[in-house]
Amino acid sequence: MSISKLNTFSECKSVAHFNINFIQYLNEDGQLCAEAPAFCHDKILMLSLYRAIKLLHLFDLKVLNLHRAGQMGTYTGTLGQEAVGIGAASCLTDNDVFVPYYRSAPDLYWRGVKLHEILMYWGGDERGSDFADPRLINDFPIPIVIASQLLHAAGVASAIKLRQQKNRAVLTLVGDGGTSEGDFYEALNVAGAWQLPLVIIINNNRWALSEPNTRQTACQTLAQKAIAGGIEGVQVDGNDVIAMRAVTEAALAKARAGGGATLIEALTYRLCAHTTIDDATRYVASEELDQAWQREPLKRLKTWLITNEMLDAAQDANLEIECRAEVEREVEIFLNMPIQAPTAIFDFLYAELPERLLSQRDDVIKHRGS
Amino acid sequence: MQLLSIAESINLALDHEMANNPDVVLLGQDIAKTGGVFRVTQGLYEKYGEQRVLDTPLAESMIVGLSVGMASQGLRPIAEIQFMGFIFPGFNQIATAVARMRNRTRGRITLPMVIRMPYGGGIHAPEHHSESTEALLAHLPGLKIVIPSSPSRAYGLLLAAIRDPDPVIFLEPKRIYRSQKHALGKNNEAYPIGSCFIDRVGSDITLVSWGAMLRETHQVADELAKMSIDCEVIDVATISPLDMRSIFESVAKTGRCVIVQEAARNCSVASEIAAELVEHGLRLLKAPVTRITGYDTIMPYPKMEHYYMPSVERIREAVLRVMEYQ
Repeated sequence: MSISKLNTFSECKSVAHFNINFIQYLNEDGQLCAEAPAFCHDKILMLSLYRAIKLLHLFDLKVLNLHRAGQMGTYTGTLGQEAVGIGAASCLTDNDVFVPYYRSAPDLYWRGVKLHEILMYWGGDERGSDFADPRLINDFPIPIVIASQLLHAAGVASAIKLRQQKNRAVLTLVGDGGTSEGDFYEALNVAGAWQLPLVIIINNNRWALSEPNTRQTACQTLAQKAIAGGIEGVQVDGNDVIAMRAVTEAALAKARAGGGATLIEALTYRLCAHTTIDDATRYVASEELDQAWQREPLKRLKTWLITNEMLDAAQDANLEIECRAEVEREVEIFLNMPIQAPTAIFDFLYAELPERLLSQRDDVIKHRGS
Repeated sequence: MQLLSIAESINLALDHEMANNPDVVLLGQDIAKTGGVFRVTQGLYEKYGEQRVLDTPLAESMIVGLSVGMASQGLRPIAEIQFMGFIFPGFNQIATAVARMRNRTRGRITLPMVIRMPYGGGIHAPEHHSESTEALLAHLPGLKIVIPSSPSRAYGLLLAAIRDPDPVIFLEPKRIYRSQKHALGKNNEAYPIGSCFIDRVGSDITLVSWGAMLRETHQVADELAKMSIDCEVIDVATISPLDMRSIFESVAKTGRCVIVQEAARNCSVASEIAAELVEHGLRLLKAPVTRITGYDTIMPYPKMEHYYMPSVERIREAVLRVMEYQ
């Protein structure tokens, strides 16, 4: 028996009802299924989005090889999900703050973080989070504990609001698994209660390590979790970079104008394993994976660009050569990066190292890992 | 100058720093119009408004996580957690972000923030309102953990904590929130974090304690003075990083040490001090270093908490036992 029918003494009345919209512009065949947003006419922008997706696609494959060759630590790939981060990050201004999650290589790259910095982080070098680009001074490093970053983003958004800064917002991401965490709900709640200038994107790649969405939640959509926080929620085709950009741009514009927070569920698919040390063949059916490859973002954008005469096969081949060269260049920088001094494990703990740690610091100099 | 309790002196320090630094903001549950469960923030909302004194939704992880985001942008958030027993939902944020952000970003993002919370037993509060779990926090590199024991130290140490470029956990011994009053004014004088206070100079034995337990410790020192036992009493005040230098200097003089803490013994701050003394100061010692602590039990509910709390009797007995060694 449904609980809503328990009360037999009065007529049941609906006190609230909600609706979750799905937004897509570019279908899996590379055809527009809605009127293109204005930015689609900007050839330079569209080609740079395409180039970034291609670059990150190639980067992902390269990192896997580096890992297999023993030259790289554990890395969280983004194969097939590049459009989520690229589309979203392309809407940020230098004035905004970006709070990544652990599968944010595409967004970080667009934001200005160099590929070798991303490699450094995952390759075991803390300097990868000390972003060299001075415009990124306020951006957060990659977090590992899932959903914890959403509260940091809410805190940054609170600072923006308290200081009454105009035209400034915060963008953050979380995986579908992260939406089961308490911090996710706490962030949605405060974002709604305080009308924070915050945009949260769920990168729903359908897998939380080996757990499919069906084991994560009974919700039909993850976007509907916004309703509990009293903020707007929307679902978008995360393999459609046009939709990603259009929706994020609108949400950020709303946030910057004081209109409050938005939750965006980006539907994509993880075409790689959870990390480079995970074997996804143990839990992903190959037919499902084959189908997902038909929907990936690179192919459909290429089709659209060619149809609209923004790209031809020769240009595409050149672009690929250029991207491969950039990846190789960045890998070389990473591989040739001298290791930090042993004392660096102490140097950044506190502004000033407490006296009690000085003898431990001397000890590491003396033994140098021997 | 006015006579102020610990709770009032914390309020004075908050008021002082809020007046002098517009980046200082307070956040927590019920801290605005209510002034917090212990009224520590009373009057500040009226004075500084809702942009500076923020009542938050009820969620500790969120309070700590928001503070991380605020501090990263140069604000100086001071978060109140209502009771230390409620920090555990926020512990994830403390361990994975607060303590690590400076190191993680090689100093690019720093977190000048304070997390204040009342701790300790003896006020007949419900379950989870009386723990002393400071060792859990002290184990985390990257944090500073400060525990005042008097109104003047609460004022001076909180000023230092707010001005510190690194995150400071400020544990307030609620059992003595209002038990003593010091003449205090807004003198702007910060006390150093990371240094012990020598409360009482003596030559026979060093008694080391912090927070509310200093009350019983001083009582024992007073009593034993009548028996011609001359106790030196040290208030550790900063339990992380520990100022072992001051403790060593004292033990070099007395050759004896009793450490008094309210927390359970296993893997505790008292254990750390004792281990340091034995490892690096064995030749200074005339007697075994002794710990008087809460038992390794769950903190009992109010009806039996007095069985758990280290008493004057237990401390006195330990001191006399240690004094028997020649």
